[in-house]
Amino acid sequence: MTVENVTTSTRLQKILDNYYVRKILLSIVTLFGISILIFTIARVLPGDPARLALGPRAPEDVVEQYRKLLRLDQPIYVQYFYWLLDVFNGRFGLSLVTFRDVLTDIIEFIPATVELIIFTLIIDVIGALSLGVISGRKPNSIIDNAVRIFAYAGIAIPSFVWAIILQLVLANWLDLLPAYGRLSLGIEVNRITGLITVDALLNGNLVAFADAITHLIIPSLSLAIGSIAQEARILRANLIENINKDYILNMYAHGIPNSIIFFKYALKPSMIPTVTIMTLDMASTLGNAFLVELIFNWPGLSRYGITAMLRKDLNAIVGVVLVIGLAYTIASIIIDLLVSYLDPRVRYKR
Amino acid sequence: MLLEINDLHVYYKSYWYILKVLNGVWLRVDKGERVGIIGESGSGKTTLLKSILKILPQNGIIPRGEIRYDGKNILKLGDNELTKIRRKEIGIIFQDPMAALNPVFTIREQLYDIIKHKMMIEGHNPSSRELHEQAVKILNDVRLPDPERVLESYPFQLSGGMRQRVMIAMALISAEKLLLADEPTTNLDVTIQDQILKLIHKLVIEKNLSTILVSHALGMVYQMTDRVFVLYAGDIMEEAGTNELFNHPKHPYTQLLISSTPRLSSVGVGEGIKGKIPDYRNPPPGCRFAPRCPYVMDKCINMKPGKIQVNKDHVVSCHLYD
Ligand SMILES: Nc1ncnc2c1ncn2[C@@H]1O[C@H](COP(=O)(O)OP(=O)(O)OP(=O)(O)O)[C@@H](O)[C@H]1O
Ligand code: SF4
Ligand SMILES: [Mg+2]
Repeated sequence: MTVENVTTSTRLQKILDNYYVRKILLSIVTLFGISILIFTIARVLPGDPARLALGPRAPEDVVEQYRKLLRLDQPIYVQYFYWLLDVFNGRFGLSLVTFRDVLTDIIEFIPATVELIIFTLIIDVIGALSLGVISGRKPNSIIDNAVRIFAYAGIAIPSFVWAIILQLVLANWLDLLPAYGRLSLGIEVNRITGLITVDALLNGNLVAFADAITHLIIPSLSLAIGSIAQEARILRANLIENINKDYILNMYAHGIPNSIIFFKYALKPSMIPTVTIMTLDMASTLGNAFLVELIFNWPGLSRYGITAMLRKDLNAIVGVVLVIGLAYTIASIIIDLLVSYLDPRVRYKR
Repeated sequence: MLLEINDLHVYYKSYWYILKVLNGVWLRVDKGERVGIIGESGSGKTTLLKSILKILPQNGIIPRGEIRYDGKNILKLGDNELTKIRRKEIGIIFQDPMAALNPVFTIREQLYDIIKHKMMIEGHNPSSRELHEQAVKILNDVRLPDPERVLESYPFQLSGGMRQRVMIAMALISAEKLLLADEPTTNLDVTIQDQILKLIHKLVIEKNLSTILVSHALGMVYQMTDRVFVLYAGDIMEEAGTNELFNHPKHPYTQLLISSTPRLSSVGVGEGIKGKIPDYRNPPPGCRFAPRCPYVMDKCINMKPGKIQVNKDHVVSCHLYD
């Protein structure tokens, strides 16, 4: 082996030793596996997609032709091979419902979902942190007990029920916030990114921005409540445990002010488990988003996905599942980065 | 008299029960005096030290007692005065340096905060250059090689001996008058124990500090202290000058403790006495050593023995000397 070979292989070894490189490679393999799985499942399920797409009254030879066009007459592995070729060319195959490329559809529908999820995350982080801190700072106080009751309800009640409750109370009864959609009638924003809040700001349209925010509050809140409740409780428990640790008592022993002890030396280590479980909460948020989007008539990916399931829109099903898998991967990498920022022990191990 | 503790009671509350740990402890430390506290594991040594700085965990309460430091009762002191004592006068070396250093902050972060707040109470707001100089100096004082690297490190990146030196450095920042050392060597390799002891000994002499050295390693206490208090199950059993105590122990517990330690010069631990520390939920109402004492008498069961002066500078709490 030449010297050059050795250095290349150790360099490669080094890159592979990197936690994030490994994680990304692993995610790619996982997504690949998911694509095979969903691709196969979608095709072996009963029902004839071509017939469903063209309707019951289309003549059989037309349907047959369509089937050929979709390569449904060929073995699954051949179909998968062609699909993969498509993917490498930046296409996700034809949708049987919209008759467009699935990627085009996804790009159209995904911004609404992304906006909803991001807003949910923001509410989640703010809510979990503040509730965790106020209840952990004064355990068993009135406010802590109030948070406790809220948390039990938040964890026990599923998010689609929260969606209905909040919609009823905040929109229908109190009339504080809009009940459906992303924007009020009559307000329009030129599409740039597809995220209405961002586009409104880019257009300099503050009225639209505020309107979009009011539309986001109820759906995001219903999605976030469960995570907020769980994360706030975990943060509280860790704060209460850590405040008695010797490393905190040591700071008291040196006369460091209480606020520095609490918000710096106790809060940071206490946040680690909370951030860690956000990965799990993220998975359930992505799932719950489907129902919540339906309830609020939110023109996101889920309506597209559900139609795809019902109409057996093969390529759309695979596309939607992959996009959700990708979103989860990205979220979990971000959370990993956060954990390693908070916890040097993890950082140096990676 | 620098420190004088009288009738100190400390309880730990939990949801279901109360642990009555310290049961009327007394203690005194003269200026420049080196005092030892010995007693087996669980007898309340750490609890006693934490009470002195009022840094008990949140479930720890002090229903009764007095801790006079420099003439003032620490338990009744206002926040400002207490802060001043904590920042400048009394320092503590915790039992387990790994547990006493915050795992997610660098040594620099923690050390800077401690130095900064001490200087602030002296009326000076230090620049980061001053902080750095001070930190390096204090790490040099405890013979830590490569202070720059230590400052950059997180606790888990240091060896046990280095962590203990950092801990000592921190304690010394605040200990201008009194140093509390809670078993400063038990969590270390045997080879390093001796180095650390010598370091503490040297620093104490250099800075003319009063010290309380807590240990169940009798040999260490014998070498390093002027006077010893024996703590058992939350009660002081005996107090005497170090030589007197080790050569003429009066209390049955002290006698057993010393005779069960193989060689006084070694770092051996005296825990060869039959039986266990009593349950603090429901401790013996009289002498707390009664369940294990070979000389137990009727009155020991229900009557707590008082402080009996058996000699000049030698006090025992035992009905045998009534
Ligand atoms: N925060 C706490 N809550 C409840 N019980 C506690 C707490 N801290 C200590 N204890 C109990 O108080 C008793 C005395 O503990 P302490 O740590 O003071 O003993 P010690 O003499 O320092 O022992 P060791 O030699 O093992 O360090 C033990 O029974 C211990 O379990
Ligand atoms: S008081 Fe009684 S039980 Fe306690 S040590 Fe003395 S003799 Fe033993
Ligand atoms: Mg202890």
